[in-house]
Amino acid sequence: MQLTLGPVQYYWSKARLDAFHEVLAAAPVDRVYLGEAVCSRRHGYRTADWLDAAARLADAGKEVVLSSQVLMESESDLKALRRFAADGRFLLEANDMGAVHRVAGRAPFVAGPHLNIYNAPTLAFFASLGANRWVPPFEMTRASLAAILAEKPGGVATEVFAYGRLPLAFSARCFTARHYDLPKDDCRFCCLDHPGGLELSTRDREPFLVPNGIQTQSYRALNLVDALPDMRSLGVDAVRLSPQPEQLGAAIGAFRAALDGAASAAVAAMLGPTLPAPPCNGYWHGRPGLDYVARGNAA
Amino acid sequence: MPPAARVELVCPAGTLPALKAAVDHGADCVYFGFRNETNARNFGGLNFDAKAAAEGVGYAHARGRKVLLALNTYAQPGSFERWPGALDAAADLGVDAVILADPGLMRYAVERHPGLRLHLSVQGSATTYEAINFYVRHFGIRRAVLPRVLSLPQVEHVVGQARTEIEVFGFGSLCVMVEGRCALSSYTTGDGPNTVGVCSSAKAVRWQETGAGLEVRLNGVLLDRFTGGEMAGYPTLCKGRYQVRDDTYYAIEEPTSLNTLELLPELVRIGVAAVKIEGRQRSPAYVASVTRVWRAAIDACTAAPSRFAVRDAWMEELASLSEGRQTTLGAYHRPWR
Repeated sequence: MQLTLGPVQYYWSKARLDAFHEVLAAAPVDRVYLGEAVCSRRHGYRTADWLDAAARLADAGKEVVLSSQVLMESESDLKALRRFAADGRFLLEANDMGAVHRVAGRAPFVAGPHLNIYNAPTLAFFASLGANRWVPPFEMTRASLAAILAEKPGGVATEVFAYGRLPLAFSARCFTARHYDLPKDDCRFCCLDHPGGLELSTRDREPFLVPNGIQTQSYRALNLVDALPDMRSLGVDAVRLSPQPEQLGAAIGAFRAALDGAASAAVAAMLGPTLPAPPCNGYWHGRPGLDYVARGNAA
Repeated sequence: MPPAARVELVCPAGTLPALKAAVDHGADCVYFGFRNETNARNFGGLNFDAKAAAEGVGYAHARGRKVLLALNTYAQPGSFERWPGALDAAADLGVDAVILADPGLMRYAVERHPGLRLHLSVQGSATTYEAINFYVRHFGIRRAVLPRVLSLPQVEHVVGQARTEIEVFGFGSLCVMVEGRCALSSYTTGDGPNTVGVCSSAKAVRWQETGAGLEVRLNGVLLDRFTGGEMAGYPTLCKGRYQVRDDTYYAIEEPTSLNTLELLPELVRIGVAAVKIEGRQRSPAYVASVTRVWRAAIDACTAAPSRFAVRDAWMEELASLSEGRQTTLGAYHRPWR
């Protein structure tokens, strides 16, 4: 099974992204996804910077994929998408049907987790358009994934989001700017001060969600490391980790060790301290996403 | 697309009495769903069995109105046959169009029911003309319903470039998140819009009087706490009060409803084909009131768009029906963002 790193979800400065990519080049991941997937106002990297970083990481031996923005609103969003698609050196991860429209029939592509592929006929449709890999929706259960993989068309690899805060929702509204009482069009790039997002708690002080610009993430961090043997038996080809500001290298190391056959207790000891919050894995077990089913307690 | 001759008024029908109320008060189209998870208002006591659906279609067609079937959740492997089954049933009923979100289901519709008119649901999350034209090319959709996230100039741009009719939301509950891309409800309760057609499911809601006030929880998560004379509406989780860095406020959205009545001349000018009223979960009386106001407004605007003025009585009636009695222009109006 491959180990992949999804696109950065937060607003990181150019210097931070540069340093991050330098670390990535030497990290034991097989594939990396690059690009601004959340907000078009984030300009740590411009399109040309993403393409440069992609080239450097490809030279370092990584498979490189460019991720398209999930919520597309304006003509300038479409222009950025066209530049990614037109470059031609890298695969595109389509996270919106407009992106699929750009690449379908022209080049192979990755059908991203936001395309809402919930069943085998829909997967077959995307495969017919040229998808050579798909990422199931975050809320997909193990049972649904098993049923789809049992009738999956050939030539499509399956990559499961397995670690990190879940990108649960996208909006036209910026919740970080709203917190600072700023209009979105003049947000003063306040997301830069929150490289791991904000923390939203209930009125009884239970942390619940992570506002991250126009995106809302789970507070709890998905951890499916215990499910890796099960995924392998189902025919999953790759697992994806989501970048986070701290402890990412250690998390990559733990997943690499798990994929290389390290004992689960050793992996758990390595992975535990890397989690930014208590773990969740409820979706996989057919439960609310925020639930956590401990190893050995799965129904 | 050239501007439509007349903006269609598309009204919600959660029950047969609501369908009749919409037709009787001037809806051009009514939309309904079957009584299961194949539609995005899969609530207890709502929706149509085969008998009610046949009667509803007959009632509307006898009065020259159209009927649309919402089949706008994503087909799930465990109960997959329900979705194509619902499509076959819709075709047999003779509905005027089906409102779909799942591309796999659209392909089935094109192959099995080539004459059936397809609308792209708001749950399809298509916010650009590129996305909409994708569905036109592959499935020949005849109309797309836009998510409630675009500004008015963005809507105009989409209408100008999309190769199909555009329908927008005019009134009702406001989704703050892009429809089809929100897993907040399934994260909290296990049940969400995409998979089973519910949001903040009533069966997960618990109200409790406590020393700190009236608390409402969704599967144990505290959504809000009310004290004094504060009004408590339906606890949708994006409309709760939360804490961010020591501020307690409506961190996502206030309990408010979308009302675009004052934008009607603009919507007509830019060539929107239809205006949708949200609210299949609402009563027949609600549907009657909202339909009557919007019928009057659309007729006034069609007769003399340059002289169109929103009447106070219309706004008062709509506000009285709105969540928290508040209304907003939502994303159509940039400052909302």
